[in-house]
Amino acid sequence: MADLHFLANPARFRRFSQRVMPSLSFATGLAFLVGLYFALVQSPPDYQQGETVRIMFVHVPSAWLSMAGYALLAVLGASLLVWRHPLAALVARAAAPVGACFALVCLITGSLWGRPMWGTYWVWDARLTSMLLLFFLYLGHIALSRAYDDPDRGDRAAAILALIGAINLPIIKFSVDWWNTLHQPASVMKLGGPSIHPAILTPLLWMAGSLLLLFILLVLVRTETEIDRRRLEIAELSADQAA
Amino acid sequence: MSDHAVFILSAYLVVLVVLGGLTIASLSGRNKARRELTARGLERPREQRARASR
Repeated sequence: MADLHFLANPARFRRFSQRVMPSLSFATGLAFLVGLYFALVQSPPDYQQGETVRIMFVHVPSAWLSMAGYALLAVLGASLLVWRHPLAALVARAAAPVGACFALVCLITGSLWGRPMWGTYWVWDARLTSMLLLFFLYLGHIALSRAYDDPDRGDRAAAILALIGAINLPIIKFSVDWWNTLHQPASVMKLGGPSIHPAILTPLLWMAGSLLLLFILLVLVRTETEIDRRRLEIAELSADQAA
Repeated sequence: MSDHAVFILSAYLVVLVVLGGLTIASLSGRNKARRELTARGLERPREQRARASR
């Protein structure tokens, strides 16, 4: 918690971000190389899905990260509305497009897996529909935060949407248990541990790790950009007032 | 990679296009903002920042 307060100052956050960026970029690149080697070369075909299991190595981590990204938006929304954390709105503006892209990757790769496995690209099943709703919630957040001339007003409206939309997260997670869906139930994040073979679990975790590092890297880069944009806006306002 | 290769390669291509595109857009956005700050004298150029941090 002390670290969060330390990073509340945008200038301090910027210095911290610039210090960790080179090693984070290197770790992301390295993790991707190892992850792709495991996913495309090393891992065996699944006994039921065959070679199409390789799509799971990008589909499942994208789903996890899009959900984690939205949970982050909800926490940032609460920080902004309750504690008026100075960096919360900027990080939320930075994280929303990243989460939206991961949700889009999850939907498209899921469709590409569904065609050979289920015989269709799309069904209006509870898991797929709630995931599509998550993607629209992200788009709504991006649109709302940029909809007002006063950025603070936009940030507050987007924060309220993030908090309301967080109701969708448990719906996505438990949709496969609550309703009779075509989508298979959880096989990694469940009570009693993962039920998939280590030969499939290893590439999945490597790809999840590399995509998580990419997610963090993108949020840091975009937050720096948001801080710089705010500085430019303040400079413009000061110049207008001086004129 | 069997007859499903087209689906597998398309999935990885989607990841490359969407996440690669987002990475390029994010980096170019940051560089643009930095250039504007430098042009307005609100940010020291990269060489000066590097010298100051040494």
